[in-house]
Formats: sequence, C-alpha cells, structure tokens
Amino acid sequence: MDPAAASVFSLWTATVLYAIAMVAYSVRLGRIADAKVAAKRELAEVGAAPAAAAPATSVATPADAPAGPSVVARKALGIGRAATLVGAVLHGVGVIARGIDAGHVPWSNMYEFTISGAWVAVVVFLVVQRVRDIAYLAPGVTALATIALGLALTVLYREATGLQPALQSFWLVIHVSIAVISTGVFTVAAVATVLQLLRSGRDRGTGALAGGPFRWLEAVPSATSLEALAFRLNAVGFVLWTFTLVAGAIWAEHAWGRYWGWDPKEVWTFVIWVLYAAYLHARTTQGWSGRKAAWLAISAYVAVIMNFTIVNTLFQGLHSYAEVS
Amino acid sequence: MSDIEGLEEIGAPRRFSVDNYAIADGPRLGWRGWLRWGWRQVTSMRLALVLLLLLGLAAIPGSVLPQWPQDAAATRQFIQDNGAWGEIADAIGLLDVFGSAWFTAIYLLLFASLVGCIVPRSVAHFRAMRAEPAAAPSSLKRYEPVEETAQVPLEEAVRRARHALRPRQGWAGLLDGHRVRVDERGTAVAIAGEKGHVREFGNLLFHLSLVAVLLAVAAGSLLTYRGQAVITEGSTFTNAVVDYDTYEAGRFFDPGSLEPFTLRLDALDSEFYGDGRPSHFRANVTLTEPDGQSRPAAIEVNRPLQVAGGKIYLLGNGFAPRFTITDADGEVAFSGAVPFLPQDSVYTSTGVVKVPDVTSGPQIGLAGTLLPTVVETADGGLASAWPQPLDPVIVFFVYTGDLGLDDGVPQNVYRLDMTELAPVLDEAGEPATLAIRPGETVDLPQGLGTITWESLPRFIAVDLRADPSLPWLLAASAGAFVGIAISLFGSRRRIWLHLTPGPGTSAVTLVSGAVLAPAHDSAASRELDRVMAAVAGRAPADGDDKASED
Repeated sequence: MDPAAASVFSLWTATVLYAIAMVAYSVRLGRIADAKVAAKRELAEVGAAPAAAAPATSVATPADAPAGPSVVARKALGIGRAATLVGAVLHGVGVIARGIDAGHVPWSNMYEFTISGAWVAVVVFLVVQRVRDIAYLAPGVTALATIALGLALTVLYREATGLQPALQSFWLVIHVSIAVISTGVFTVAAVATVLQLLRSGRDRGTGALAGGPFRWLEAVPSATSLEALAFRLNAVGFVLWTFTLVAGAIWAEHAWGRYWGWDPKEVWTFVIWVLYAAYLHARTTQGWSGRKAAWLAISAYVAVIMNFTIVNTLFQGLHSYAEVS
Repeated sequence: MSDIEGLEEIGAPRRFSVDNYAIADGPRLGWRGWLRWGWRQVTSMRLALVLLLLLGLAAIPGSVLPQWPQDAAATRQFIQDNGAWGEIADAIGLLDVFGSAWFTAIYLLLFASLVGCIVPRSVAHFRAMRAEPAAAPSSLKRYEPVEETAQVPLEEAVRRARHALRPRQGWAGLLDGHRVRVDERGTAVAIAGEKGHVREFGNLLFHLSLVAVLLAVAAGSLLTYRGQAVITEGSTFTNAVVDYDTYEAGRFFDPGSLEPFTLRLDALDSEFYGDGRPSHFRANVTLTEPDGQSRPAAIEVNRPLQVAGGKIYLLGNGFAPRFTITDADGEVAFSGAVPFLPQDSVYTSTGVVKVPDVTSGPQIGLAGTLLPTVVETADGGLASAWPQPLDPVIVFFVYTGDLGLDDGVPQNVYRLDMTELAPVLDEAGEPATLAIRPGETVDLPQGLGTITWESLPRFIAVDLRADPSLPWLLAASAGAFVGIAISLFGSRRRIWLHLTPGPGTSAVTLVSGAVLAPAHDSAASRELDRVMAAVAGRAPADGDDKASED
C-alpha cells in the first residue's frame, strides 16, 4: 500500500474507533451518574432522620466507592480506553504516512492541520489521563476528534503536494507545529470548561440542566476541580500560543520583510491571545472568577475555531494556505 | 489620603463612588483626591480586563473590512461601493483600525494601567525578596505531617535539610530551590523553606517585557525605512531614494545614510510543480558594494539577502517583455522592458505601454495581456495553460489621445489613465486588438506605426528594509515568553521541618515535615519526600503517584 492510501485508511479506521470510544465513554458516564444518583437517593431514604440530611451529599461519594462502578461501566471504560488508544496509534500512523507521502511536515494546508491538530488533542488527553483520571472528558474529546477527522477526510481532503516557496522554511516546523499543539491543548481545555459551566449550572439548579437528561453531569467532578484543570491546560495553551505568535513574527520578518502587518491571520492570532490573557486576568479578578472567566475562555476558544475556519476560507491574506477553494 | 478614605466610608458598598455634594458636611475629594481616584481606576485589574476585551473586539474589524495600509485599492473600492456608509466607516477609522485614535487610546490606556500596576508590584516584590520567609508554624498537625527518624545528631540534620532545600547549582537554581529560614526553638530547630516568588518574578518580567515590546515597536517605526523596487533581468538597481518605486521611512531615518550599493539581476530561476504551483524562485544577482567590490549573491523567498544597512526580500516576480515601437513617421518612439503584473497562478499578466514621445499625431497607449503558454478555450477565447513561457502571446488593445503624463500628477505605471484616451477601432467598428509573439513585428492599426517584441526577460519585485529595533524587539519578546512561562508554571510551595533531638540520645534526630501547596500540585508531596529522605539519609521513594481530581 502506498503512503497516501495507508494514511487515509488509518485515519478512517481511527475515526471509527473514536466514534466507538465516544459511545463507550458516554455509556460509562451515564452508568456512573445513575449509580451516584441511586446512592444519593438511598442515603437520603436511609438517613431520613433530620440530622443526616445535610451531610448526605458529601457522604455519597465515598459511599459508592466500595460498591464500585457497575460491570457495564467497567466494560465500557475498557472498550473506550482500548478504542481511544488504538485509534490514537492509527491516527498517528495516518498523520506520519501523510507526511511521508507529501515529503514535508503534515501541516501545510487545512486538511493536514486538521488531522494533526485532532491527533494532538487526543494525545494531550491520553497524556493527562496517565497522571490523573479525566475519563469524564473522553466523550467530548473523542467526539471532537471524530468530527474533525470525518470533516477532514470528506470535505477538506486534498492530494499531497509540494510546498510553495513561502512555506519552505524550518519555521514551518516550529511555528505551525506549536500552533497545532496549542490548538489541541485549548481544545481539551474547552471541553473541560464546557463541562464546568454545565456542572455549575446544574449545581445552581438552572433550567433544563437540573433535569434528567443532564443527570450524567453527576459523574463529572465538581465545577471547582474542572476549573482548575481547564486553567492548567489553558495556561499551557497560552504559553504555547505566545510562542506561536512570536515565532510567527520572526518567520514573517524572514519571509515578508515585516514582523507584523495585521494580516487577517495575524489579527485573529492577536485577538485569541488577548482573549486568553483576559481570561487569565479574570480568574484573579473579584467578581469575574468562576462562570464569567469560563465564558471568556469559551469565547477565546470560539476565536481559535474562527481563526481556523472562517479566516482560512473567507478572508484573503498572506496566510491563505488552506487550499479549500 | 484622608479625603479618599473618608469617601470610601460613605460609599463603601458601591464600586464607583463620586464626590457627594448632597451632604453638606461630607468630605470633599479635591483635585488631588480625584487624581488619586482616577489613577486607582486606571490601575485596577477590572479596568485592565475591560480594556483587554475592548482591545480584542476592536481588532476584529481590522480583519473583516479592507484596510488602507494593507490594501489601499480594495479600501478605495469599498468606499465607492458602499457610498455614505463607506465614507462613515472611513471617517471613524474602521478602514484603518490599527492606526485609529480609538485603537491607540485603548492600548495606550492598557499600557498605562499595566505600568501603574506593575511598578508598585515590582517594588513590593523586591522588598519581599529581601525579607526573610515566614517562620514555620509551631505545630504542623494541621498540615498532615510526615515523621521520620534520622540517625544523625541535630546539627547534621539541620545541615542536610538546608542543603536539600537550597537552590540547585547552575542557572536552573535561579528558578529552583527555596528561600530558607532556620529558627531555634528551645532544643528543637524549625526550618521553613519557601518557593513561589519566582511566579511573581515571571509575572513582572512578562509585563515589563510587554512594555519593552511596545517601546521597541515605537522606536522601530521612527528609525526604519522600507522601499520597493522592480528590477528586470539585466538591469541594475541603485540604493537611493530616487530608484525606489515606493519608499517610506520613519521620522528619524536619514535618507543620506542609505549605502549606495547597486544590485543587478542576472537571472531569475523559477520552477513549478506538475500541477503548476510554484516550487522555487531564486534571483541570481550581482551585488556591488560602494567601494566597488562585486560579488554574486542569491535572493530567495524566506532567504533575504543581507546587505549593508538592511535586508533585501524577494516578494514577487513576473515577466517584463521588451518592446521597440516606431511611430507613424518611422522614428523609434519607445524602447524598453515593461513589467506585466501576474494576475493568476498561470501568470496571465497585464501591463501597459505608454508612448508619449511620438513625432506627430496623438499619443499612443497600449494595454496588453500576456499569456505565457497560450491555449484556445472552449468558447474560442485565449487563456494561459502554464506559468512558464512555452508559447507566449500578448494581446493588445490600442488607444490614442492624451496619456495625461504632463499634468504633473503621479500616475500608476501599470494602468492607462483613460480620461483623455479613446480606443482605436477596426473596420467593423470594434476596438482593435493585435496579437504578437516574441521576435515579431506587427503594424499598429490605422498606420500608427509598428511594435516589435524583442525579448521576454523576467522581473523581480524586492523589498529593502532596515529596522534597527529588531534585536531589541526579539529580546523583549523572548523576555515576555520566558516571563509568562515562569509565571504560569512556577510552583508555589512552603516546606516546613521540625527537628528535635531524639529522646535520651543526641545521636538521632526526630524529623517532622509538612508541605503547603495548591491542591493541584501533585509533585509537592514528592518534593517533601525528597527533603525528608535527604535528612534521613535514605533514597527518596519513587514518586510516580497517580492523583485523582475527584
């Protein structure tokens, strides 16, 4: 099999595996939530005596620990883990084969950027997963990876070609790879932030979030710990984004004779940087931490997506490498 | 000071308080108070946050609407197409966002806020760095202490603890290690190790570096110069203001300081992939220094040529066909190479030839389209199929009249000013066209003369630029990057040790240790274990623990 076919085949297989993982992880989340809710209810019934009512919530978590998650939840976790891991390996093979096929680093157009960025997001998830249990993020991350790969293979796919002169620089390796990595990190952080907002909404009993369809939120950690996780990822992403911006300016100085020219891509890179900076400030500003800061992080991530989609396709600029027309 | 404190007492629950003249005996702010109040607002984190959001939002129109500095032609077109709205957008600066008063106001206010915030914090941090760390608490019970017995006397245990806590050797020690305080408490010794000032250091470094970035950019805009030139194969460019097609310089740049080197374009190598996309451009040039020394050099995309006082960038290329035109009297009215600007990826190029110096009759203008590899399209028209000149053809429209060159108004050399020109018509009454191939001589319609296409050299468009602020800008950016990394990744910990001589014998020491760190800092307990191990003289436990968030 030639590298081009091998790449596409691996990526399609990875897409299917991610979809399977997403289903499995979602089933697991649902089952754990069911168990937690049941345990809570049991405790509430048992401890109908007035004194027990208040601490019931805090007792619930350790109470269901010895019983452990149900067999289904455990099996689903096994399937989800295996599918994600094998998917990530095949995904990596697909990205590398694309690089071999093209004869250059696989992030020179929108298709290549998407498959590489999605791979980084999954790898970031797996790396963090090794250090702490963040399986509750898995449905979101695998869903995004499935969508990204599916879109890339169906809509964005382009035959591998040689690099145009403007991209023939080692800064392509440095600047764009760090941009891909920070996009992946921001993606995992955004999933955590969305969960944080949903969870805190449920805790406050707002609207539909308090209802049955969102019962799975019982299985995700508290809004506070989700915030802490999202912050740590966003902090990594922000530092990498700062590097992307500086490296991009250095490259622009080499290639175009100016380090900054307010090209649409430069404008949006700047906007993203400023929005994440605002988020970092908001976290430590009275009256802005918590949900408001989380919304800022979400808006910054929306800008990341805009920068990648709309700016690539609709805006004419020096960074028009998307090749989607 | 007193007036503003009084104000706060009255308006304590409100975020913004103003001078309350409704209360006769109420305290007055006075102008100093107002200044102080204003400054406090400017330097508040809340305002910084709002300004950051404004800065982000304000930048967006700069990517959506055409901008004068980036694309003047598109901007002019936008104003024409949108009538009054276009005029309004232009008037309020939406078509030059990054030079507009409001964008400038936002970032200057942001930097004022930053400076007002960072300077007092720098002073405070400097003091804090020199102050001793806080003493260890008298009891560690609240902090889940770990206990151990070291088989050494107290003095040795203290020495080991200090050694384990101190910064590492080498530059990494700047970021690593604790500031240590030792207190003797009766027969026991309490040691406090503190880490975390490095975060504030990074934070300050980051913000001060941003100020340095702004200053470097400002200095650069005053000291820089930039010029564009088009050089045809075989011709020579001299580095002087008059030889540039466009030239801009900062206020403090002295045009007399341009080094008078010359640059001759010997040849432009251009290669394309099988699908017609460009793969390689290389301009082979001869650079002659002011002292007369010549050397061959190359300019490529991404590889600018370094010359005295600046760099030369290859930004564009195309064809510059060379023509000789004789007028109706048979005199040579024009001879030279004319750059044709490429319009697409197959180098369909357009250009004009202006012939003002005819012996008699009206002036002649030719507007041509160059097709490097001509093919006939399905609808009978002509198009280019390949960017290389395999079978080049130029199709001209011919105009006569007044070219408008004598009005003293600078003209676009790539366009005919049509106000005083009329197309030459053929017998059928249609605008006359003529097609020409290299080496051919073709008669102009209506006996206006002849045109000969002599040869097809290429041209390069180069940018020359010098900006002495670049090294400073790079240093400031690197400072910002290092600063933000330290500030976000630096750890913040306190390690406390209580060392007590063993009961009955002074040959052993009882060690009790605890660590205080943010909840997410899973490495803190490993760090404590490392220190405890060093004091006890054992190997540290393998620290691959899995922490769980919930």
